[in-house]
Amino acid sequence: MSIIHTPNGYSLDNSGQRVVVDPVTRIEGHMRVEVNLDENNVIRNAVSTGTMWRGLEVILKNRDPRDAWAFVERICGVCTGCHALASCRAVEDALGIQIPYNAHLIREIMAKTLQVHDHVVHFYHLHALDWVNPVNALKADPKATSKLQEMVSPHHPMSSPGYFRDIQTRIRKFIESGQLGPFKNGYWDNPAYKLPPEADLMAVAHYLEALDLQKEFVKIHTVFGGKNPHPNYLVGGVACAINMDGEMSAGAPLNMERLNFVLARIQEMVDFNKNVYVPDVIAIASFYKNQLWGGGMGALSVMDYGAYPTVPYDKSTDQLPGGVILNGNWDEVLPIDPRDPEQVQEFVGHSWYTYPDETKGLHPWDGITEPNYELGPNSKGTSTNIEQLDEQAKYSWIKSPRWRGHAVEVGPLSRYVLAYAQGNEYVSEQIGRSLGTFNQLAGTNLDAKTALNSTIGRTLARALESEYCSDMMLDDYNNLIANIKNGDSSTANMEKWDPSTWPKEAKGVGTAAAPRGALGHWIKIKDGKIENYQCVVPTTWNGSPRDPAGNIGAFEAALMNTPVERADEPVEILRTIHSFDPCLACSTHVMSEDGQEQANVKVR
Amino acid sequence: MIETFYEVMRRQGISRRSFLKYCSLTAAALGLGPEFAGKIAHAMETKPRIPILWLHGLECTCCSESFIRSAHPLAKDVILSMVSLDYDDTIMAAAGHQAEAIIEETIKKYDGNFILAVEGNAPLNQEGMSCIIAGKPFQQQLQHVADHCKAIISWGSCAAYGCVQAAHPNPTKAVPTHKAITTDKPIIKVPGCPPIAEVMTAVITYILTFERFPELDRQGRPKMFYSQRIHDKCYRRPHFDAGQFVEKFDDEGARKGYCLYKVGCKGPTTYNACSTIRWNEGTSFPIQAGHGCIGCSEDGFWDKGSWYARLTDIHQFGVEGNADQIGGAAAAVVGTGIAAHAAISAVKRAQNKGDSK
Repeated sequence: MSIIHTPNGYSLDNSGQRVVVDPVTRIEGHMRVEVNLDENNVIRNAVSTGTMWRGLEVILKNRDPRDAWAFVERICGVCTGCHALASCRAVEDALGIQIPYNAHLIREIMAKTLQVHDHVVHFYHLHALDWVNPVNALKADPKATSKLQEMVSPHHPMSSPGYFRDIQTRIRKFIESGQLGPFKNGYWDNPAYKLPPEADLMAVAHYLEALDLQKEFVKIHTVFGGKNPHPNYLVGGVACAINMDGEMSAGAPLNMERLNFVLARIQEMVDFNKNVYVPDVIAIASFYKNQLWGGGMGALSVMDYGAYPTVPYDKSTDQLPGGVILNGNWDEVLPIDPRDPEQVQEFVGHSWYTYPDETKGLHPWDGITEPNYELGPNSKGTSTNIEQLDEQAKYSWIKSPRWRGHAVEVGPLSRYVLAYAQGNEYVSEQIGRSLGTFNQLAGTNLDAKTALNSTIGRTLARALESEYCSDMMLDDYNNLIANIKNGDSSTANMEKWDPSTWPKEAKGVGTAAAPRGALGHWIKIKDGKIENYQCVVPTTWNGSPRDPAGNIGAFEAALMNTPVERADEPVEILRTIHSFDPCLACSTHVMSEDGQEQANVKVR
Repeated sequence: MIETFYEVMRRQGISRRSFLKYCSLTAAALGLGPEFAGKIAHAMETKPRIPILWLHGLECTCCSESFIRSAHPLAKDVILSMVSLDYDDTIMAAAGHQAEAIIEETIKKYDGNFILAVEGNAPLNQEGMSCIIAGKPFQQQLQHVADHCKAIISWGSCAAYGCVQAAHPNPTKAVPTHKAITTDKPIIKVPGCPPIAEVMTAVITYILTFERFPELDRQGRPKMFYSQRIHDKCYRRPHFDAGQFVEKFDDEGARKGYCLYKVGCKGPTTYNACSTIRWNEGTSFPIQAGHGCIGCSEDGFWDKGSWYARLTDIHQFGVEGNADQIGGAAAAVVGTGIAAHAAISAVKRAQNKGDSK
């Protein structure tokens, strides 16, 4: 077999042993990974496949643009709300609606609540079992665990030996019952797990603490949006009207009691991030100091639209600024414009869709999608029983978005690299502090670029972003109170609510910092109805298959050159894929230009 | 021999006192009197820890996310102490063929004695390959597990009805559980996008406790949570009756918590427990937060018109009318005040007289 050199600098060799992981679990949705290992069990070729497609944007055609948020919110129940937010912004952008400052702040608090919730659940409940071995926790000394806890985070109240002994007892009895539930068939005797038993026990305790606490965080969505998952949004602002001290305030959506409730939840997030989440990630990472692979393009070729402006509609005040960095050149941040037809484009050469000309990419406003499920000539198995995919042909339900033709990674790490490169003080302090602690614990002397361009770097950036978001929420809350105090209780701009006030044709873009990275929604409105709707979401960027030029996407790039301890238990693959926090339901959705449904199935 | 539920809880260091407290909370959550706490405790002491295989088709994972929000019982207690969640690709440690092996092991060991929980649904277009599990259509996995389970829970509107991916024109031909497979196993539908967390865990604890499905309505939903409309128990209902409506978002009525009917609320036609149990440990529910109900637990709610379009006809006071008529009539009643009230009372007295004859 030949070695292929990709334009973005990777050498792919598919001659070695092929290892298939399907389903990849502990993600949202469904995906498959195939890799080739060389004689030393190092990954030399990686194939990332989205294995689901729902067609939500087809469904949106001809509907009321004011309804779109609820449809697209159902793209994902994990990053719940971020699609609704991007949708409201896209519609407002198209129609020229500016929302009141209170509505802006409430949406910001909701978006950051999601960041914290999603990041915490991702780390403890989806990702931790790649690093933490609950079976090994049975060997821990509760007293030593208590000491470790006090060393790692001196301000966390739950740290007594008795506390850890109780947790250990519960886990022991659970495991001894023989019914291992979600822990069944894990790779628990794989030497790729490196934590000492005490660190495992501490992390298992926090797995349970985080499970209890995450349900508290989201109550902010319940106050502002009525429920979680899937809180309600509103084009023009927010639906939760404010009535601080007027008649019937107690039955109003927002009053003093409700806002106090929100503040209490924000404070819980601030405390958990500072005392548990961030210290846990640094401590666990220090035991994996010799496994700094998995970087791919993580700290080198990155993109984000920018988020969290202190002044609404002023991108220059974004607290996490956007832009594009290519090939590790942190000295040059290129500007990004989601409206420019030459910048963001999607390709389908290796995706299960068809274009009239598949050598070209299409900007989302002009995006077309026609499903075309077919397997390549070198695939193994049948069309409904795939044993091995042919990555030279079409092999995924995910499209390949590119920025000016470049494959880029998106996500918390991308945002952190962009913020760091642009001199953000809060982010620079966080990176400096956490890297200092890591180097101290691990006995290393890594610089930021080396440490961040790794699986661990991706996981660390997510934790730091969670901490930043909880602190930003305190500012948002204080600004909300101050604004109400100044006499502004407006929450929705209804001037252009009536479709008769809209232009005959309009188009808009809405972007948001989704937990998994840069999110953009593009809408075209005609005669009061949706003419075209397209979302380009983080996992589409990261999980994308090859583009027609041969560039591999971020998942595939990150898996390259990773040594695998046991080919039959490839926890290293899960670790790196999970470090992106994949969301497959998000990544696969489309709209055909004519809105027609197709069931084209071609099997060669 | 499978351990009983109570044995497992005790083995995990939970005291008998805590166990009994849990039983009385469960009784309360199910709307049962305190005398039922003892019955629940007895049932728990003698019941095995039942395996659950929780499969995911085309979905958004909001049902799983909702499930882990449960406050009573806590999700961790359900997972560690009540059931054996042997397969759930969202949280399980195993992946790839080790994950798929669990399905076969469970079928071998517990054939006919485990619960199949379904989140999402199966697409039939594209050869079923728009949802692929282990290289094969999800529909095959679903049918296979259904053939060996004891009973099926269809979580959420996807598995119960089809939900968003089945909205017009349903590009993947996504169909709910009962239409995706052939089975004679009992199916309980727990609709909602997602269902309320405590409703989900209450359905599980009810099944564990009483060893049977709760009473179901004609659509297959548990009556205990889906037999009343949101409107019936809405805290804003008095404003509906009084003709006090939000006319547009953020108006004076919105700030006073008036009825959201005129801005599209689907509460009058939606069967769910949102206005009673509420969301996220009773924190709030959509109407309290100022947005109308979008009817997410109803079959085909995506295709029943805009969220902001008024329901045209609703049945109220035993007559057909709309809010303007009812509101107008009610306002007239308020306007004429005592006289009207007296008149109504007189009519009622007459009716009662008639009944007693």
